Amino acid sequence: MSGLRDAFLSALVALGLFVPLVGLVTTPSDHGLHLVVRPVATAVVVGLVFVGRLAMLAWRGRTRRDAVKANRAFAERITRAGKYVTPVLLAAAVALPFTGSRYYIDLGTLVLTYIMLGWGLNIVVGLAGLLDLGYVAFYAVGAYSFAILAHTFGLGFWTCLPMAGLLAALWGIMLGFPVLRLRGDYLAIVTLAFGEIIRIVLINWVSLTNGPNGITDIPRPTLFGLAFSMDGGDGTVAGFLGIEPAVIQRIIFLYYVILGLALLTNWVTLRLRRMPLGRAWEALREDEVACRSLGINVTNTKLTAFAIGAFFGGFAGAFFATRQAFISPESFTFIESATVLAIVVLGGMGSQLGVALAAIIMIGGLEALRDFLSFLGDQMNNPVFAGIASELPLYRMLIFGLALVVMMVLRPRGLISGRTPSVAMTRPKEIAAELVAQGRG
Amino acid sequence: MTALLSLSGVTAFYGAIQALRGIDLTVEKGEIVTLIGANGAGKSTLMMTICGNPRARSGLILHDGEDITHWPTHRIMRRGIAQAPEGRRIFSRMTVHENLLMGAEVAGRGDIEALLDQVFTLFPRLKERIGQRGGTLSGGEQQMLAIGRALMSRPALLLLDEPSLGLAPLVVRQIFGAIRDLNRQTGLTVLLVEQNAYQALRLAHRGYVLVNGAITMAGTGAELLARPEIRAAYLEGGHG
Repeated sequence: MSGLRDAFLSALVALGLFVPLVGLVTTPSDHGLHLVVRPVATAVVVGLVFVGRLAMLAWRGRTRRDAVKANRAFAERITRAGKYVTPVLLAAAVALPFTGSRYYIDLGTLVLTYIMLGWGLNIVVGLAGLLDLGYVAFYAVGAYSFAILAHTFGLGFWTCLPMAGLLAALWGIMLGFPVLRLRGDYLAIVTLAFGEIIRIVLINWVSLTNGPNGITDIPRPTLFGLAFSMDGGDGTVAGFLGIEPAVIQRIIFLYYVILGLALLTNWVTLRLRRMPLGRAWEALREDEVACRSLGINVTNTKLTAFAIGAFFGGFAGAFFATRQAFISPESFTFIESATVLAIVVLGGMGSQLGVALAAIIMIGGLEALRDFLSFLGDQMNNPVFAGIASELPLYRMLIFGLALVVMMVLRPRGLISGRTPSVAMTRPKEIAAELVAQGRG
Repeated sequence: MTALLSLSGVTAFYGAIQALRGIDLTVEKGEIVTLIGANGAGKSTLMMTICGNPRARSGLILHDGEDITHWPTHRIMRRGIAQAPEGRRIFSRMTVHENLLMGAEVAGRGDIEALLDQVFTLFPRLKERIGQRGGTLSGGEQQMLAIGRALMSRPALLLLDEPSLGLAPLVVRQIFGAIRDLNRQTGLTVLLVEQNAYQALRLAHRGYVLVNGAITMAGTGAELLARPEIRAAYLEGGHG
């Protein structure tokens, strides 16, 4: 009963707050400002507060023991489910182009690009534990390397792809050297600055990068030398296969290219984790002093993490350039680094599946939410909803932010927080990460 | 015959603070040598200086006759020196198995199974816990893991920094027993830093006493145990 009263009081406070914030809108009209009243929108928000408060009280009502138990059960469930989720996701990814929908394939390509970036950054942040806030720099280096190489030497995508990767890796090493002695916050600040430096150089080095105008007419990738072009001639895929040329063919091809690149990233990471180098990365994340005392060359280990992470960032960048056919410094702002880092953290540092799920949620989920809100707005053609129906999609960032906060409260160590051992155990004895963190194991 | 490890006139600084003031010390092959002293005397610093972190400001550190004074840590550790550092510093999110494998990085592609078997014979507890995360082990088991991990590199010289720290007397005896067995059976040379002076001096062939960054006394374990000033300073209040 006290719960109901509490929720009612919360709703009352919300009413006081949201009547001026949401309920009253001033709109400019011919005769100055005009006041519009939105009773329904206010009622909805206040109702949400009421229900939300009740739900929160019910959640808190459980004892701590219950909460720990539920958390552990969830961790176990998600670990077990992981075995099935991976093949299902993979099958869905391979099957997606068969929907034939350009919208879905484009969205899938975008999500896969972020999955690949997430997996690349996961090597640096998740495995080696080096907080990198400037990952976008390598993405930019890859994109510009490809664009400039293609324009200057007339090289194709497949020739430039490894070069873009190698150049990005080189930049990774160049970044790595000065920051080797730094840790934690200090490392983060320097990498953040590095990302900005690259972007500002791209804007100002007009003779090489064409400055803020960007580079246009970047060549599209070919399939064994066959181009995807609309004329349907001899040297094209459509001409070779004797089918009608269509734009969707190139879109589907691009989709499979990024799927392949992302899977390559994943495969390399999984392989490395089982090798001494990957194990050394993880050990480095755990304890640098101990690594040194075991004879591990900490410098080289960090540099390889930076270089390999950057290498895949460069790959993703080259793909981005060939997909867009146009790049400019605007595409490589800090928000990209932040998004990729958020994907890695949300996924649970170090978990490959977690990163993929987080990218799907963060990139695909936001898009799906926009669609859903537009759809909902379209359904509300009752005059009572006038004013909020058309604005509904604008609330997506708010809802999304709230969802992320709730997620991090419920699973503070990311979606998949348990670490999978890199060597097979003779006698498995799993202990949930939650318990380790609390020193109960 | 050259000593396995010899230090002469070694000094080390932490910023402006001099932590070691001209240390002379030798460890012969097959010996257990212990270094005792109060908190802050510089025992751990001496251990770390041998490993090159921090590097010695002056003086000479010879390993098997070779000057390693200015070598980087990872190269020193690749010369057959292994360390179980202070505070154990095991990799807590990695399994026991993975922790041990990390120790074998230096030894390279040798017979890792045989090395694992050797560690498991010494500490059967670790075998029971092989798939468990390091952080979930008890203090004693973590210390066993730290020593086991160091042994995985097949060292000729093992540096142990306060292995008895925070452990129950029974567990300490177990661990010291294991060190003694290792030394007797495989001829492993051990340099042991300890606050638990009684146990350490009983175990060791020779000992050094460190006070304010300088060595004030040296002798066999039995000799030092018999000295009244040692009894007064380090052994009061029972046989720790």
